[in-house]
Amino acid sequence: MTKGQAISLQKNDGGSLAAVRMGLGWQAAPRRGLFGSRTREIDLDASAVLFADKQPVDVVFFRHLVSDDGSVRHTGDNLVGGVGQGGDDEAILVDLSRVPVHIDQIVFTVNSFTGQTFQEVQNAFCRLVDETNGQELARYTLAGGGAYTAQIMAKVHRSGPGWTMTALGTPANGRTFQDLMPAILPHL
Amino acid sequence: MTAELVRGQNHPLSQARLEIRISAGTPIVASATLSDADGKARGLEWVAHPGAPDLPGLEVSRQAAADHRLAVDLDAMPEAVHRVNVLLALPTGTGGPGRFGVVAAPFVAVTGLDGAEVASYTITGLDAETAVVALELYRRQGAWKVRAVGQGYAGGLAELFTDQGLSEARQLAGTINEAVAQGLARSVQAPSQRAADGDRTRQTATPALGPDQSGPARQGTPAPASPHPSSAYPPQGGQPGHPTDPVDPSAVTQPSTPGAGSPVDYSHPGRQNSAPPPPPPTAPPAQPGQPARPVAGDATGWSMDERLYNQVWGMFEDLARSTAAYRSAVDFADSRMEKELDQVLSDPRSRIGGQGDAAREAARAKYTQLVDQARQVLDRDLAQLTAEADVVEPALPPAYARWDNPVWHAYRVPMEMPMALRLGDLRLPESELLRIPMLVRLPLERGLWIDSGRTGAGEDPLADTGALQHLAMETAVALAARLLAVYPAGEFTTHVIDPAGSGAKALAPLVQTGVLAAPPALGAAGVSDVLTRLTQRVDLVQMAVRGGAADSLPPGFDTAEQLLIVNDFPHGFDDRAVTQLRYLADEGPAVGVHLVMVADREEAVGYGPLLDPLWRSLLRLTPLPDDHLADPWVGHAWTYEPSLVPVGSQVLQQVLTQVAAARTKYE
Repeated sequence: MTKGQAISLQKNDGGSLAAVRMGLGWQAAPRRGLFGSRTREIDLDASAVLFADKQPVDVVFFRHLVSDDGSVRHTGDNLVGGVGQGGDDEAILVDLSRVPVHIDQIVFTVNSFTGQTFQEVQNAFCRLVDETNGQELARYTLAGGGAYTAQIMAKVHRSGPGWTMTALGTPANGRTFQDLMPAILPHL
Repeated sequence: MTAELVRGQNHPLSQARLEIRISAGTPIVASATLSDADGKARGLEWVAHPGAPDLPGLEVSRQAAADHRLAVDLDAMPEAVHRVNVLLALPTGTGGPGRFGVVAAPFVAVTGLDGAEVASYTITGLDAETAVVALELYRRQGAWKVRAVGQGYAGGLAELFTDQGLSEARQLAGTINEAVAQGLARSVQAPSQRAADGDRTRQTATPALGPDQSGPARQGTPAPASPHPSSAYPPQGGQPGHPTDPVDPSAVTQPSTPGAGSPVDYSHPGRQNSAPPPPPPTAPPAQPGQPARPVAGDATGWSMDERLYNQVWGMFEDLARSTAAYRSAVDFADSRMEKELDQVLSDPRSRIGGQGDAAREAARAKYTQLVDQARQVLDRDLAQLTAEADVVEPALPPAYARWDNPVWHAYRVPMEMPMALRLGDLRLPESELLRIPMLVRLPLERGLWIDSGRTGAGEDPLADTGALQHLAMETAVALAARLLAVYPAGEFTTHVIDPAGSGAKALAPLVQTGVLAAPPALGAAGVSDVLTRLTQRVDLVQMAVRGGAADSLPPGFDTAEQLLIVNDFPHGFDDRAVTQLRYLADEGPAVGVHLVMVADREEAVGYGPLLDPLWRSLLRLTPLPDDHLADPWVGHAWTYEPSLVPVGSQVLQQVLTQVAAARTKYE
């Protein structure tokens, strides 16, 4: 997918996508010099903000792992990233069929909690996956991406009976999703 | 329909018996390794290669060829196998191409037995590699999937096998190349016995070399560590439907050969079948477009008790969350309508004509529509949960069951303490008919307080203080009887303090059947006596535990869990007794002394804030339905209703009689 592109999550057979996962993976920065304990840990965080009529009503992030209604779940905070295995280090699962009826948009964001810009992070990517069959719907490479510390990845919003996903890929700066709110609002 | 996979992509497999078709423009070697949950091959018996082409549920070709067909029967795979890796390699020393970069991209397809392609993958982007992991078939939540891997190795099979955790990687690669070379040279099928023999000779003759030390020159994206959940499968007996090759058992028994440099087998030979629990019952496949029919025990756990416990807690959470979704939608609809109505009111245009009315109407319609939608979703969830409750409730064991459940009529004194106990039922106002069993873990972690005081405004005004006290005491007796019944004989002792004798009527079932350690203690002297004995007991056990001398307790010491029911607190209590009671409430649960208080907080108001910590440390239950309990997820106020014996039922007496009989026998 390219920035701004929208894809319908309706399946070809008329059924609607039941669950999507936003996965985030990165590699810990290589240590410098002899002192192994002084690795430069990089903590990226994935968050999902739930909006009803352009008002944020719930957020799923590392301090609130499950939305009150249980439809959006974070798999848990990973503080150091993987070892470049290519798997997701953090993931947010959205059970679209269970999202409360008034929630009409869900925005996915990625932040660098430790403050490194995406230029310094190695092998970082985020992707959206159809959880039911594991097919990747969208993928962004964050590594070397530029001098910013956050990205507003994508939004999933209601359209008719189903959901549509729009790739946003907007760079931003901030430590947690709260800092991103001003940057998110124009996309709603 | 064929899924054309790209590297890293996966695809579900609906059949267990498959064929993997490989075509390359040039003769290549196809082999397969099995991996456990950690991604490691457990030894040579987990590798199928031209020298040892047969594994349970898997067969590879004995020679290099441009086209291969591998038969796979996933049902015949040993339980420990979580992944089947399909490997391709260029044969060495035969004058063929030296790297994958100069040959056509190999194509692999997974097909059914009828030849219909399920998924296919063309391995592109290879260059200096001479071996490649083409596909992996892997277990995911009980089902098999295929993933396109395409992980190449410039170091060939030796490096590939090292990466899969085989310590004999180098020898194995040599064996394979030799077998292939022989096969090519003769271009007739080499007898598998011969090949396997050669394999063993090489293994025993060569001292075990360490794993290949050369750094693997990895290419492309490595496969992510497969996130297999530990599955609870039954031990598999034979491998039905698997064509075993009777002449080739030596390759399979390879690791038991001493000195072969094979990994040590840590598993107990006689205990293969003891560890995995029986499989949980799974729901029958759902009709398309309909939710699966619920089944009791459809949750994780090592025993049916644990599965039902987890299922009940799963239902509890689902109901809490579905209701939260409904409530937040309604709240949102409310606030939106209010805002819109305010706007209409403040808009001067709305005062002209019917414009304002129309806008108000529209706002209300939007509200109704959203609330209706939310209710529909909630009703769908409630129907599902109700159907689940309908199958779960009758399947519950006594400790989890209501007193009106027939399981109590078939009661037998258990041999083991159950995992949890039902304290009552929980429900929410949105779903009055759906009752969730309130299960708490045993042994109890906190004392219980049955509140005999008047609570809230919504209670039955007819219940006068006396009737309420009696009901509270009955609740306590029903709980005590349940505890006595679910512990094995002699492992639970109950004491009662009833200073004024006001609970005599409610206590009758306990007293008459003789399950109490002693008759209920009366008066101040009785209170002080029981409390002193229990306090001493807590002290003794604590000292023994701290001193690490649990076996030095005095002879004849009652090691059973102790339950103390206190009625009419603070009647008959002096300051010393109150202090002892607080001590028991704080220190007792850790050493097996539990408290059930039947009390009206108003009556102890004279003690002031001194007793606040006591009340806080106890779990408050009510004899009448009352919405004071919160769930741990979203904090709804749940209405608690105690589990009482149906009026006129003799089940309590019958159960307690059995308990008393078992106690006599035990003593």
